[in-house]
Amino acid sequence: MPSPPTYDVLVVGAGLAGMRAALSAHQQGASVAILTKVHPVRSHSNAAQGGINAALTDRGDKWEDHAFETVKGSDYLADQDAVEVLAQEAGQDIITLEHMGVIFNRNDEGQLGTRRFGGQKKARTFFVSDFTGQAMLHVLYEQLMQAKLPVYEEWFVTSLVKDEKGHCAGLVAFEIRTGQFSLFRAKTVIMASGGLGRVYEPSTNALICTGDGMALAYRAGAPLMDMEMVQYHPTTLKGKGLLITEAARGEGAYLLNKHGDRFMAHYAPTMLELASRDVVSRAEQIEINEGRGMNGCVFLDCRHLGRTFLQERLGQIYAEAQTFANIDLAEELLPIRPGMHYQMGGIKTDTEGRCWDITGNWKGLPGLFAAGETACVSLHGGNRLGANSLLDTIVFGRRAGQCAAEYARTISAPSISEHLMEKDQQVIASLLARKGPGERAAALRLEMGKTMNRYVSVFREQEGLKSAGQHIQALKARWPSVTIQDKGQVFNTGMIAVLELDFMLDCAEAIIAGALTRTESRGAHFRTDYLDRDDEDWLQHILLYHQPGKIPDNDFLPVHITQWQPQIRVY
Amino acid sequence: MQTTLRVRRYNPEDPEPKPFFEDYQLELDSSDSVLDGLIKVRETLDDSLTLRCSCRGAICGSCGMRINGHAALACKTKVVSIAASGETIEVEPMNNMPVIKDLVTDMAPFWEKIRQIQPWMRPAEPAPIAEYLAPPESMNHLAGVMSCIMCGVCVSDCTVLEVDNKFVGPAALAKAYRFVADPRDSTTTTRLEALNEPNGMWDCTRCMECIQVCPKGVGPMDRIMALRAKGLEEKVPSTCGSRHAEVFTDIIKHKGILDEPMLAIRTFGLKHVGRLLGMAPMVMQSVFKGKVPLSGPLHRPIASIQHIQRLFRRVRTKS
Repeated sequence: MPSPPTYDVLVVGAGLAGMRAALSAHQQGASVAILTKVHPVRSHSNAAQGGINAALTDRGDKWEDHAFETVKGSDYLADQDAVEVLAQEAGQDIITLEHMGVIFNRNDEGQLGTRRFGGQKKARTFFVSDFTGQAMLHVLYEQLMQAKLPVYEEWFVTSLVKDEKGHCAGLVAFEIRTGQFSLFRAKTVIMASGGLGRVYEPSTNALICTGDGMALAYRAGAPLMDMEMVQYHPTTLKGKGLLITEAARGEGAYLLNKHGDRFMAHYAPTMLELASRDVVSRAEQIEINEGRGMNGCVFLDCRHLGRTFLQERLGQIYAEAQTFANIDLAEELLPIRPGMHYQMGGIKTDTEGRCWDITGNWKGLPGLFAAGETACVSLHGGNRLGANSLLDTIVFGRRAGQCAAEYARTISAPSISEHLMEKDQQVIASLLARKGPGERAAALRLEMGKTMNRYVSVFREQEGLKSAGQHIQALKARWPSVTIQDKGQVFNTGMIAVLELDFMLDCAEAIIAGALTRTESRGAHFRTDYLDRDDEDWLQHILLYHQPGKIPDNDFLPVHITQWQPQIRVY
Repeated sequence: MQTTLRVRRYNPEDPEPKPFFEDYQLELDSSDSVLDGLIKVRETLDDSLTLRCSCRGAICGSCGMRINGHAALACKTKVVSIAASGETIEVEPMNNMPVIKDLVTDMAPFWEKIRQIQPWMRPAEPAPIAEYLAPPESMNHLAGVMSCIMCGVCVSDCTVLEVDNKFVGPAALAKAYRFVADPRDSTTTTRLEALNEPNGMWDCTRCMECIQVCPKGVGPMDRIMALRAKGLEEKVPSTCGSRHAEVFTDIIKHKGILDEPMLAIRTFGLKHVGRLLGMAPMVMQSVFKGKVPLSGPLHRPIASIQHIQRLFRRVRTKS
């Protein structure tokens, strides 16, 4: 196979962050390509249901309020310079999306309409029914088709490569359809490969969310930050853990325990069901643990919203409840529980998406950029507000694309040898050559997922975290004995599952390392052995550096505070 | 419940590749979908079973396949809804597209057709500083068609595509409607003119299969009909497709029963006399079988023609 051209900017992942980054780099005149393991419209950005936040001045809203509520939601772990960028640029980015063709819901004047979302006092969430992510994703793909950008669809990345100066110079990947490897040379790589939900079982995340980008960057020397901050969404279905949008509560649905009490009154007297997600999930878990739930669930009550309203504004979850839980939302209570949903942490970046520090305060990987869930700017700190993740992808995807294009102009094309892909080819060859029957990747993944969901979930404590850490190490030791029956080159999804498991084990290890290190309770990280937030010692980020075969190296960075000093957090 | 999944398999790397069925017996829960079953096979019995899947919740559009003869999303198809305990469920790759391996099809031709309709908004320039103003109902209406997840299920079961792979197909036409019906798009007429050409909106035979199988309630055929109505409304230059609809209506209005030879003659006209002559073998066969209906002045209106005409008047005043 001939080697692909050298690109200024090579984007990994074609969800919202990836496509936004590619389009913005393209507008800067850079040569751009996207490489993705699934077709762009299959990306997990699809799953974002409720909406996208922005404080529009002409609606009487203030970006400072949006920023403050984001900071408060983060339990003061977010970097406030990054949050200010997010809140200030949100309005313009949403207008740009509208101009591209997103069919945002309108008010009676024909302007963009809003709904309420958790952790925010004002209605500033713009939306398309309850499939906002899907509506945005398909429109960005339309833009991508119009721009005719090359997309390497269904390619799987096995490693990032560096030149001799340690600068990120491209990547090694194989085409899933043929199994053929290629070395991609690029002046910059933007990692926009999404989250790691499948590290947990269950999770709201799609099966493709296996933390590939985080693991790839981590192994190549970029630090992962605040990995212990894993969000449990308050409303997920029992069983497979499918998501029920926060918009349901935004539009007025209640949470009830088995006695029919709106229990959030005890935990968040002012905001009730619309307190931030960490607060609501903890409240639900306490209700369940103390016997006021039923079959491990509490209930979402949408009955008073009426059938027509549900069908119009929450049509997707109305159908989802019917199909996947056999519940009629207009007539019945829906059993729900907290479920793993989002990784606030990720590859450490600055506000331009760079995974290295131009002032040299922390060690990173020059030439690598990241955006979206795989990145950690940090906007979300200890807890992300609903409808801020779509915004994150759009604002920071655009910024990463722009900065990467500008940076690419200042450097020369990388010179790296084709031999760099031999190691990965050998890994695959030896994987295929393993004699079976050994262990199954799926069995190991399930063990990992259940371990994480048991010990590294809404409530955590040292002993549990340690035993989870040991279990993950044991699984890592068993990984070499995993075998696959499919020995072919074409669309070998069995082999991909083994590679993804390897990525996920690294992610799991990082999450546990972060959780053991942070000896306080903040945001989604609640330690039953350290009940309080400790601003004296822990107003800082935890950076983790990969050490092959050993536990990761730590580093710490102070939280960037601009105008909001930490306060007691009450909803 | 005990279930057998009978999966049509195909491995291009086999020495002599050809499709075959393989049966997998497994115990499934009443809440399980066909996708859950296939994943269970892949994870516990045979990891070489190949399919695309991701979200498990009918939003990513990866797991389109034929289940008991009709295309569907495997994740949205509950096992109990199609089989009793002990019964067999037959699973095959989608139709009207090449198979790569097992249940994985090549979607490239699908996307080629989507690109054909120039699927991006072309608003009037210059753009306003704020958003384009649009009536709320227009956006709510578009939400119905934006719900399309491009899974390919309608294309798989399209009966026109089965005989003519040049037809642009239900998914692309539904996507086209999304722009035609968007008040912000400024190129409605250009779009309708393009769709008016052969292989476009007039090639649908209204079999309803796409409406039946669409997992998201998009109703592709309804969108195609809406496109046709818009085309006639906008008076895009008449083509065989639009004339067929107009002549059909005209004949019914005057005769109450179809005059098939006249329909063909007036639809094709002098301009397409070649296509008219192309029908000669069929006409000959009809003559041979004694099936040539009376035409022109010999084709008499039905007795109760005034009822038909009253219906026409009623519909006209209503619209």
